[in-house]
Amino acid sequence: MVADYADAGLDTTRQAPEADVLESGCFHCGTPLRGAVFTSQRKSFCCQGCLTVFELLTENGLDDFYRLGKAAGVRVKAAPKQEEFSYLDEPALRRQLVDFADERVTRATFRVPSMHCIACVWLLENLFRLKPGIGYSRVNFPRKEVFIAFEHGKVKLSEVAGLLTALGYAPDFNLSDLEERPRRAVSRRLWLQLGVAGFAFGNIMLLSISSYLGLDTFSGPGLRKLFGWSSLVLALPVLAYSAADYWRAAWVAARQRILTIEVPIAVGIGALAAWSAGEVLTGRGPGYFDSLAGLLFFLLCGKMFQQKTYDRLAFDRDYKSFFPLSILRKSGGKEERIALSQLQAGDQLVIRNGELIPSDSRLLCGAAMIDYSFVTGESEPVKKAAGAHIYAGGRQIGGAIEIETVKEVSQSYLTSLWNQKTFCKDQAGPSLDTVTNRYSRRFTKMVLAVAAGSALFWLLTDSSRALAAFVSVLIVACPCALALAAPFTLGAAQRLLARRKVFLKNSSVIEALARVDTVVFDKTGTLTAYGAGAVVFLGEPLGDEEEGRIFSVAQHSTHPHAVRLAESIKAEHPSQPVRSFCETAGCGIEGLVGGQEIWLGSAAWLKSRKVAVESPARPCGSLVHVAINGKYRGCYTLWNGLRPRAGEAIRQMSAHYELALLSGDNEKERERFGGLFGNSGHVHFNQSPLHKLQFIRQLQAPGRTVMMVGDGLNDAGALRQSDVGVAVVESIGAFSPASDVIMAAQMVPRLPEVLRFAKSSVRVVRLSLVISAIYNVVGISFAARGLLSPVLCAILMPLSSVTVVAFACGLTTRLGRRLDLETVPKGEARA
Amino acid sequence: MIVIFLLIPLSIVTAAVFLMGFIWAVRSGQYEDTCTPSLRSLMDDNGSKQNEKANE
Repeated sequence: MVADYADAGLDTTRQAPEADVLESGCFHCGTPLRGAVFTSQRKSFCCQGCLTVFELLTENGLDDFYRLGKAAGVRVKAAPKQEEFSYLDEPALRRQLVDFADERVTRATFRVPSMHCIACVWLLENLFRLKPGIGYSRVNFPRKEVFIAFEHGKVKLSEVAGLLTALGYAPDFNLSDLEERPRRAVSRRLWLQLGVAGFAFGNIMLLSISSYLGLDTFSGPGLRKLFGWSSLVLALPVLAYSAADYWRAAWVAARQRILTIEVPIAVGIGALAAWSAGEVLTGRGPGYFDSLAGLLFFLLCGKMFQQKTYDRLAFDRDYKSFFPLSILRKSGGKEERIALSQLQAGDQLVIRNGELIPSDSRLLCGAAMIDYSFVTGESEPVKKAAGAHIYAGGRQIGGAIEIETVKEVSQSYLTSLWNQKTFCKDQAGPSLDTVTNRYSRRFTKMVLAVAAGSALFWLLTDSSRALAAFVSVLIVACPCALALAAPFTLGAAQRLLARRKVFLKNSSVIEALARVDTVVFDKTGTLTAYGAGAVVFLGEPLGDEEEGRIFSVAQHSTHPHAVRLAESIKAEHPSQPVRSFCETAGCGIEGLVGGQEIWLGSAAWLKSRKVAVESPARPCGSLVHVAINGKYRGCYTLWNGLRPRAGEAIRQMSAHYELALLSGDNEKERERFGGLFGNSGHVHFNQSPLHKLQFIRQLQAPGRTVMMVGDGLNDAGALRQSDVGVAVVESIGAFSPASDVIMAAQMVPRLPEVLRFAKSSVRVVRLSLVISAIYNVVGISFAARGLLSPVLCAILMPLSSVTVVAFACGLTTRLGRRLDLETVPKGEARA
Repeated sequence: MIVIFLLIPLSIVTAAVFLMGFIWAVRSGQYEDTCTPSLRSLMDDNGSKQNEKANE
């Protein structure tokens, strides 16, 4: 049960925080209190936003929220302006975003990534108490979605979005929302098919009990007829509805003249149905409808087991999910939020800290530090001067800048890159060359040969039994167990990997993983991680006391540099109280500790405060400059280091795989990685997204199976081109480019084990296939001799299925246990 | 034994009613999200207890 919640991303830690958090943290969101504290009703809050939410909730009698989860709120820095979402009311845009609208009521689904606990669910489902006009709302927690119905006469879509944002649940809109979203109706259909098959299976078995036990001779012909006809009627929906997918797949395969696993299944089902119907219609017997329904029931169970989808993950994202839906445009001295689709070349835009440049533009004014890491893999932000050209896809770091767009969104560099044919993997569906398909090809030929052979034999000896023998062979050889071996093994393996935070797009990816012989890594964000390298102080050594003060200031900020700095000097120093702490976005942090003014930040920021900054000649990594009481003391260098144990993993893998490293970064770390990868021939720097793609293609040309491990949009092309694209993410559910596998970053060092596990899983599939083959040989030996009885059929069929399934699942689980769980710390095991 | 001609169709009809129930449940989306309802039951419990206290 707990594992299920963790799977859904439920934050179980939030429900029972330690007492001290409550005392020292914001009553709403739990953020440690510092500097100015807002109070209301004897409760303290970290900011005006949290206070507002608290008052809103208590006024409307929703204070149960705080009983459900202590400090469960999401930090809201400032209430959003009403016009923030006004672009949503644009009729064209609105129509594309809402699910359904009639004269009175609109229904819309919002993605809310920040929901994390029971209290969030409760609050989001009680929205109607906060705003008149909102009807009812329903949360889908695993998908992090809230479905809201509201009367659009009373409340506008923009107001609903504004209310969510004000509560801290800012809805996430992006450009891909404007496309038709395929609703996941597949699994609903599968449930229905399974239900129908199960219903028929159970009832037909019940009707067949008399014939299993040989009672039908006592009960007379009338009853036998009733049983036969009812079985036939019950089997019809199974044939028409539950088996529909198999008919279709077999038909497609037959037209393309290939043998997939569906062909023998369809032939078997067809033979079984036709023979049984013949028996019932002529009154000769009850047929094998029980086996037929059971067969489909088991097959669909296997399919269900295999079709594990991860609601929070999307494997097919492209740049559109990365782009915002709206943008701040400046026209005539006024700022207005418009939809990105309305953006035209020549528009002036305001881009704030952390926002994305939506289109190729020219910088008008402001201190632009553009972080292209997602597009090019370059880890250092690039400084741009006014008038410089800025490509789409970069993120601004620091203060707001103004830009003028040069091209429309659809024609910018990034988008045109994406629209190239090379970036689109040929979507031929799952690879046909799977283990089961290869096996079933041989199997089908063999079965047809045996069936024809036995028919021929009986034609020569006793021609009345020839047809029966022919059909019996087809019936009993119908590869039920064969078709179950792969889905159950691979489905189980997929689940086991998911529990270790390696999520596969579908279970056939495991077979591809097992075939991989070449592994290509991206550097930034994949092998190296922010915060994995050393933190080194350059300059005159600091005293213990001073270091303690720097630590005290740094720990108050959530900026990644500060967090890492605080972590690296944490061990020795107790935290000291900090007064008048202040953080300037994109510049630095400051605070008063023990009577000393501590400034930590960028060189430019310190310079602007008249501090004489000496930057090191060749910086490797990011720098945090330190000034105490206005005097420059030196700087911390934060190295982007290898992930812990990643080097060891690469050494392990180099024995079995051809390895390569591709980086969009410059050459400064060539020596280090050249040594790690052994042969420097496969270490390439300054790679553009297109280079990476072509490199993968070169490797594939001589028939290699290539796995690409990358993280950013810059790897997207390579991820698609490779046979297995692995997207590495720091937090599950965060953005990841289109890929076959989504893997938590902490699993990167354990890649060799994952690959080994995939290989042994495929071995389990092979073993299960052998077992099912033995069953088939036994069954066929009866059938070919014309001795097949309904009882034998009814026993053999479920027995083979159940044993194969049990064997496959059992062995895979044991293998999974060897993929030792224990090394993943408990805290990390949570999403 | 003749009664079995009545009982068997009856049992099948009964089973069919359950099948209809299942189809309705799937169609109405009850199998789409199996996690959130379990959370919902937790908070209903909490809420009603609080309400009872408030009423007293």
